[in-house]
Amino acid sequence: MSTDAVQLLTPDGRRVRHPDYDIDLSHEELRGLYRDMVLARRVDGEGVTLQRQGELGLWPSLLGQEAAQVGSARALRPADHVFPSYRDHAVALCRDVDPLNLLAMFRGVNNGGWDPTDHGFHLYTLVIGSQTLHATGYAMGVAKDGAETAVIAYFGDGATSQGDVSEAFNFAAVYDAPVVFFCQNNQWAISEPTERQTRVPIHRRADGFGFPGVRVDGNDVLACLAVTKAALERARRGEGPMLVEAYTYRMGAHTTSDDPTKYRDSAEVEEWAGRDPIARLKAHLLDLGAADPSYFDAVDQEAGELAQHLRARVRSMPAPDAEAIFRHVYADPHALVDEEREAFRRYEANFAVTGGN
Amino acid sequence: MTTVTVAPAADGVRPATRTLPLGRALNEALRAAMEQDPKVLIMGEDVGRLGGVFRITDGLQKDFGESRVMDTPLAESGIVGTAIGLALRGYRPVVEIQFDGFVFPGYDQIVTQLAKMHARSLGRIKLPVVIRIPYGGGIGAVEHHSESPEALFAHVAGLRIVSPSNASDAYWMLRQAIASDDPVIFFEPKRRYYEKGAVDTETAPGDPHRAHVVREGRDATLLAYGPAVRTCLDSAAEAEREGRSLEVVDLRSVSPIDFDTIQTSVEKTGRLVVVHEAPVFFGSGAEIAARITERCFHHLEAPVLRVGGYHAPYPPARLEERYLPDLDRVLDAVDRSLAY
Repeated sequence: MSTDAVQLLTPDGRRVRHPDYDIDLSHEELRGLYRDMVLARRVDGEGVTLQRQGELGLWPSLLGQEAAQVGSARALRPADHVFPSYRDHAVALCRDVDPLNLLAMFRGVNNGGWDPTDHGFHLYTLVIGSQTLHATGYAMGVAKDGAETAVIAYFGDGATSQGDVSEAFNFAAVYDAPVVFFCQNNQWAISEPTERQTRVPIHRRADGFGFPGVRVDGNDVLACLAVTKAALERARRGEGPMLVEAYTYRMGAHTTSDDPTKYRDSAEVEEWAGRDPIARLKAHLLDLGAADPSYFDAVDQEAGELAQHLRARVRSMPAPDAEAIFRHVYADPHALVDEEREAFRRYEANFAVTGGN
Repeated sequence: MTTVTVAPAADGVRPATRTLPLGRALNEALRAAMEQDPKVLIMGEDVGRLGGVFRITDGLQKDFGESRVMDTPLAESGIVGTAIGLALRGYRPVVEIQFDGFVFPGYDQIVTQLAKMHARSLGRIKLPVVIRIPYGGGIGAVEHHSESPEALFAHVAGLRIVSPSNASDAYWMLRQAIASDDPVIFFEPKRRYYEKGAVDTETAPGDPHRAHVVREGRDATLLAYGPAVRTCLDSAAEAEREGRSLEVVDLRSVSPIDFDTIQTSVEKTGRLVVVHEAPVFFGSGAEIAARITERCFHHLEAPVLRVGGYHAPYPPARLEERYLPDLDRVLDAVDRSLAY
């Protein structure tokens, strides 16, 4: 672990102070962060299970990245806008996006479908790094409006190799856009380690574009919250973009289709298991006397119920009707879509069930 | 497309019909759209003080300011990607790509993001972004400055693709593109920028996706769009001297395509020659030929023929006249059609 990462909680849960980024939270707020992380881990685990049971086609697990996602998401204000990648389920939960939306996408029911204006949480983006430009453009619009809104873009270490991410950094700098670039460096882009993506620590990229970059311990929810909050405030003050590199680890596979045993060492995984973000906060809560075993049991039970409820809703999710293929291709009528829909209807009608049951 | 409402001129004295070069008509359309809707923005390389390399945005930054006429960094993916973000924020960006051959760094954002976001959001997101691309050859340019990539965009659902051939269409189709809630790829025939035509800025236009019969004829139909329309009109005028009556249809829109108007014309003439500067192989003419064969099988006296570019990189300027469809190649195709 790089020594220059901002840290407020050591891996064994000891609270340390930081000269530039510190934060004081109430016991209730600390418990809230714990609950967010536990619920997110449980929903994520449910995604993996549902894929294994054939209910989902694919699921990208966030296991190990709960602190980075919850810490940064809880730094946001309701009016802020989030441009996620596709593994940011905990951010979605913190923004009150119904997790069924996320599961629907990976079940193959739709390709998104939630309304970004409902919770300021934009659609998942599967093309690596594309969303950083959308976030930057959105932030440029915020600046034109003179609004108090800040924007955050989530992406991974692999994305930093994409031209779009460098272009986003540059546009954001040139236009002083109020956007925070939040990179979850989870060490792996499928099977490629970070060394295959970059020769310099990712946060140092910002310097070349003319804005600050900072590395934070991505498994420390307090540090992630403190640093992201400072970056968002900076953006709101009109001081332009900032890059936050949350140094974390992808404990699971890239997705359920991946087999990480083929390319990475189990010793490395075990080492990172010792830095678990949830265990770390739990130790801190116990240390403070801010929570007792009955509280932790209650959160576990809530998570179990959430997962069970979600499972039932996923299984009963109706398949989309076939004509959804032709819906919303364009905002206004398009002759070719209309013509093909009609031909499709006529063809499908050949198979219509006639008569009784 | 969304209807364009015609607003009175800001100075109140603009005459309704004037003769304007095509490029100037585009400039006036941008100005009118910006006056009408404060959410309309212009973005691109050199669009501000320079007014664009073809001066299409001339004077607009001076009058509307840097916040609305934005000189961007030299990065097409960045321009298109941030335009998407601005549209998500409620703006209506009109992006200028400097030349056809430079659109490809932005192609990914156009194809994977711009074209699909409306569908991905189940209709909740609208991206009213216009991508203006000066295209086509005939100007003696260097590499990457003379290409016709419209088929590469027409293959992508979610994009509307139009190309005016004259000043009046340039004005109104750009107004309509900006008013559209769908993304529009707006191909401008750069070699026709200086050709003048009558523009009535007060008569509300028709459907931009409707083809126009621009010359009536009996013996065969010539179909073209953008820069090739003028070539076809010249060919028809020449053919008339040889006693042949050619109908010319200006397609105007490459997605969607108005097959009804083409069908009506082909049912009358029995013959169709499609002309475009883009390579013939997998070009828009192939789609038109297939559809019209299906629709007009019993009316066709000859197979649908195509005249266009070759399956080769666009040649150096000193060879481009041999590559571009010209009057002789169009009339040669007409001869071949009539020989059946």
